Amino acid sequence: MNEQLFEGEHIYLTAIDPDKDAEIEAKWTHDPEYLRLLSADPVRPLSPGQVKKKYEDMDKDAEKYRNTFNFAIRARADDRFIGFIRLFDIYWTHGGGKVQLGIGDPNDRQRGYGREALRLILRYAFDEVNLYRVSAMTFEYNSTAIRFLAQAGFTIEVRRRQAINRDGRRWDVILMGLLREEWKRDEGTP
Amino acid sequence: MNNDLFTGQLVRLAAINPEADAAWFARWDRDTEYIRLLDGAPFRLITVKKVKEEIEKEIEENAANACLFVVRTLADDRLIGFVELEGIRWPQGDTFVGIGLGDRDDWGKGYGTDAMKIVLRYAFTELNLQRVSLDVFGYNERALRSYQKAGFVIEGRQRQLLLRNGQRFDCIYMGVLRNEWLAMNNFQ
Repeated sequence: MNEQLFEGEHIYLTAIDPDKDAEIEAKWTHDPEYLRLLSADPVRPLSPGQVKKKYEDMDKDAEKYRNTFNFAIRARADDRFIGFIRLFDIYWTHGGGKVQLGIGDPNDRQRGYGREALRLILRYAFDEVNLYRVSAMTFEYNSTAIRFLAQAGFTIEVRRRQAINRDGRRWDVILMGLLREEWKRDEGTP
Repeated sequence: MNNDLFTGQLVRLAAINPEADAAWFARWDRDTEYIRLLDGAPFRLITVKKVKEEIEKEIEENAANACLFVVRTLADDRLIGFVELEGIRWPQGDTFVGIGLGDRDDWGKGYGTDAMKIVLRYAFTELNLQRVSLDVFGYNERALRSYQKAGFVIEGRQRQLLLRNGQRFDCIYMGVLRNEWLAMNNFQ
């Protein structure tokens, strides 16, 4: 048994700290590119207070619905808060869940942090939460995310044609999925 | 201008009346086959009063991004089911739609397809949306055929999403685009 579910080589997962992390995430929300890669909702910058409230609401929902696990991603070198990863909308009776992650500062991207975090959360999803499948949503214009998920074993399952409008053109919303038997367990252990 | 937006060939859409309609919804919900065609969540039996409260809550909380209708037959004005545009994303012009006909005697008669055609006309010509989306469970072939008749095409399938009686089933995603719908209905 590998007991260390939250420790990666260069990053580790912790709880989100509403008091300390809100200020950093508030900075990220001023980067429209970051937000557009993550969500179909209209981009909107948030103050540290608004982000803190969002974290508190997320905690309340996680308590109430018991279908979400939220984590902060921190860099091992300096304990910096560099992003988030979450397993959410867990469909307990059918053994399904969704994964979403973001690395806030562009300088922290393309360094393998996201890849390590995804490995950890997939191991958590399959070995701890005992899910049967994990889904992820992304957009046609986010080719980095599509490649990143494919490398972790995800398959494109659905293309919701032209479901999102950005800068005057329509793009597909892409749903990807990974089944327990397709998951590469060996890649989950550092 | 079409001033008869809510009327089709066999059915019409009407406002839901929680007071009067809740008893029907509660009765339909006792049919496990019906509920498993409609919803993936484990079903709980609830009282008529609670059904009424849930309908009222649904209408109130989702007023800005949902439209819930009941379906009534033109022939005898019977309440036979519901159809709902839900999760409307206004900035993207996208919505999901859900539909259910409660009584098995009303299945396979074209009522559902007719109701779906009416709600698509409402979505495209009144709400001016760009696409309408739905998902349907892999074991619901009757619904799949009905949606295809109304204009939806399959956009993919989430493999083995559902576990029913020990067997896994896909969840199928479908969509119809505004341009496709306009062409099909001889607009422009």
